[in-house]
Amino acid sequence: MSRGRWLAYPALAWLFLFFLSPLLIVVFLSFMQRGTYGQVIYQFTTENYLRFFEPLYLQIFGDTLVMAFFTTVVCFLLGYPIAYQISKLTRSWQNLFLLLVMVPFWINFLIRSYAWVIILRSQGMVNTFLLDLGLIEQPLNLLYNFGAVSLGMVYAHLPFMILPIYVSLEQLDRRLLEAAYDLGATPIKTFFYVTLPQTLPGIIAGSILVFVSSLGMFVIPDIMGGAKSALIGNLIQNQFLSARDWPFGSALSMMLAFFSLILIYLYYRALQAQQGKEEKG
Amino acid sequence: MKPLRHRLLFTYTMAVLAFLYIPIVVLVLYSFNASRINAQWSGFTFDWYISAFQNRYVMEALYNSLTIALIAMIVSTVLGTMTALALHRYKFRWKGAIHSLIYLPILIPEIVMGLSLLVLFSQLAIPLGKLTVVIAHISFCISFVVIIVLARLEGLGKDLEEAAQDLGATPWQTFRYVTFPLISPGVLAGALMAFTLSIDDFVISFFVAGPNSTTLPLYIYGMVKRGVSPEINALSTLLILFIVIVTVALVILPERFQSRVSDKKAQRQMPF
Repeated sequence: MSRGRWLAYPALAWLFLFFLSPLLIVVFLSFMQRGTYGQVIYQFTTENYLRFFEPLYLQIFGDTLVMAFFTTVVCFLLGYPIAYQISKLTRSWQNLFLLLVMVPFWINFLIRSYAWVIILRSQGMVNTFLLDLGLIEQPLNLLYNFGAVSLGMVYAHLPFMILPIYVSLEQLDRRLLEAAYDLGATPIKTFFYVTLPQTLPGIIAGSILVFVSSLGMFVIPDIMGGAKSALIGNLIQNQFLSARDWPFGSALSMMLAFFSLILIYLYYRALQAQQGKEEKG
Repeated sequence: MKPLRHRLLFTYTMAVLAFLYIPIVVLVLYSFNASRINAQWSGFTFDWYISAFQNRYVMEALYNSLTIALIAMIVSTVLGTMTALALHRYKFRWKGAIHSLIYLPILIPEIVMGLSLLVLFSQLAIPLGKLTVVIAHISFCISFVVIIVLARLEGLGKDLEEAAQDLGATPWQTFRYVTFPLISPGVLAGALMAFTLSIDDFVISFFVAGPNSTTLPLYIYGMVKRGVSPEINALSTLLILFIVIVTVALVILPERFQSRVSDKKAQRQMPF
């Protein structure tokens, strides 16, 4: 059955045609110029990449990094204790809790973001409740600000953080914990000197998953941030669908893709480090 | 001292789980709320469900989502399984490049994949519609199918296939009676994954859908943008119900058949 090699060709051809070649066209476009009416002028330029360094766009990129970083840190702070708690449970309880963490994650993220809109908008649950209690006179503006977007981002990405940390807690070398206790370390000291360093690969893996996914996000800022919040994803979407500056949009998306791939490479390395440890243990 | 710390941690965990579930519970409750403004409770009703089902656009979006997911699932499962078989069995020149081509669609940000397909279709002057959405969905589903089936193949030894061949089975017979039954759980998992990914996709569809190919997520997005209508609550509740039933079935059923080892493996792959 040595002629079975052709079995791979249709899928490879498909991916070549509908994945790789579109990407190459975008790379090509990113070096072209935009005409007055939004058409593409086929003349080489590096201007689209230089434009990125204009204060306005650097600001958006900075905001995106801040948002992604903030999301990652909050996810870590919220997620680690849960992962820790789950890893302490018996096997069947662990499975139940993991399922509980995963189920919301499987629900379409549009629906989940919209659920927050119901709760937070001016005639929403929180405002109605506070008004009824007489604590406030006017509905508060809970939506369409940094807080609302970061809430949505944390909500959407929390399982990305919990699962890898859980996996590395699961593989913790219990003998080291016993050794620490035998040598008289307090639980808190043991946690910071033994548990935390050992789960670093899981933390790195989770952080990069959350960070990369936050970087390209444009729906949550769109729904929960309104027109005020522009992250790089929203900027790219805008260049393609409203401003009709495809070359600039292409350059932006290439930088996003490049940045994400570098981070994913680091994630892969962290994962390998973790697997290496697993084999030793 | 110790019990207190443990109780605190447990309470904290329950609080975060509540954070995960409160929005979903609120959404479900409000789908039964008679009030149109939907903040205050003004009585129980099924009206939003009825009007969602009577809404022609909702039904059309549902129909589009299902047909697109079905086609994307079939094509990507067939192509992906073929590829996994070939990759598993033969050495390829450019092996690294081929693997990158298969993994990259999963790693590239969705928005980049969506807009690059938009650029391609506009360069080829293909009008945006169901066809372009199906093509896009197949492109990101293939990779997942290949990876899932490949994982299954790598878990199997070569001995059964070799035994079949020693006993005189033709390559087709070997595949039909030995290989395929062995990998069918992987193929099924890949197919389900493809179907779910396609039904759930918003970002890529957003770029490549035309006016007559609105899928359910696209329709929900439009409703959210246009302002709140309680019909979305009803529609979302039905989708949530569907997802909960499917996932619970998928998690509980295999647990009865599978060994603990493969169960553990599956958990490790969950983040994707």
